Amino acid sequence: MTIGWYLAVSAIVFSLGAVGVIVRRNPLVVLLCLELMLNGGNLALIAFARMWGSGDGQVLALVVMTVAACEVCIGLGMIVAIYRRKLPVDVDELRELQG
Amino acid sequence: MSALFCFIAGIGAIAGAVGVVVLRDPFFAVLALVGHLLSLSVLFLLLRAEFVAAVQVVVYAGAVMVLYVFVVAYIGGRDESEHVVQIGERMRGRGPAGASLRLGAAVLGGALLVELLIALLGTGLKAVSEYGAPYKPGGHAYGTPAYIGELFLTRFLLVFEGASFLLLIAAVGAILLAGRRGGISEADERLRDRLTPLDLLRPRGTGTMREGVGDDLGLVRVPQPAAVEPAHESGVGSQEPAEPVAVGEPPAGGPR
Repeated sequence: MTIGWYLAVSAIVFSLGAVGVIVRRNPLVVLLCLELMLNGGNLALIAFARMWGSGDGQVLALVVMTVAACEVCIGLGMIVAIYRRKLPVDVDELRELQG
Repeated sequence: MSALFCFIAGIGAIAGAVGVVVLRDPFFAVLALVGHLLSLSVLFLLLRAEFVAAVQVVVYAGAVMVLYVFVVAYIGGRDESEHVVQIGERMRGRGPAGASLRLGAAVLGGALLVELLIALLGTGLKAVSEYGAPYKPGGHAYGTPAYIGELFLTRFLLVFEGASFLLLIAAVGAILLAGRRGGISEADERLRDRLTPLDLLRPRGTGTMREGVGDDLGLVRVPQPAAVEPAHESGVGSQEPAEPVAVGEPPAGGPR
């Protein structure tokens, strides 16, 4: 398989994730769609690393995974805090930053 | 053979992504994301990134998704559809406004996809249409854990340390965000005055976690009268109004 197919898959996954971030209202699902976008970027990184035969892209993909894990950690903590304060778990209703 | 696997895994990845966006129940969305991650790790394997594929399965599809499932179970995966009508009415003063917004989002996503495809495939890069750099299998080959580890500890040492520090900050932040504020919640507050056999056995003020968190130290407060007094009072109170109940009660809950 040529590298182009992998890049096409990564582009499709990234834009699907972007549509999900725009469309969905549940912050949990918004985080999931953010994961989709990060994974699309990861796939492109690894495809390009394979193309050049160097490991830099793979290292960068691992760093992206670390950042994604941190984002999940903070995001889920925020969702749990929102739920504890009896606020609506809904992106459209959470308009103000005041707790 | 690798072409077949590539197509199957690519279709699986795209189907999983569609599932995440489309499915209503957050629990099923998480499961769709797990499927997406697994097929993406197959793609990583086909691209000779063995270590990244293993990390993808173990850390991502294993640990992170379990965290997601826990949070979905905690806050209760609720259907969004009842909220859609409500918010649409409030925003526009009439029925559901979700359809036009959703169409706009689809148009935006399509534009983004076309743009990305042009950027990734339509440029004049000749190397994109190749099969990649030559690959020599071996113990220290491209993509093996030894290769990645050597890169991480030589060329990318600063990145490695930065990633570990970032993880530490994220862990502290998550504890600050989702941790209990008051130390002990109200349900535990009621349990605090109850005597347990451990309280009688251990000497006062010997630093349990409860004493460290709570406002009272065990050596100042003697918990026995607090535990006995309410029972005694209720026994006295129940003697006055009803005779037959009061006759039965004092031997059971008496002032022993």
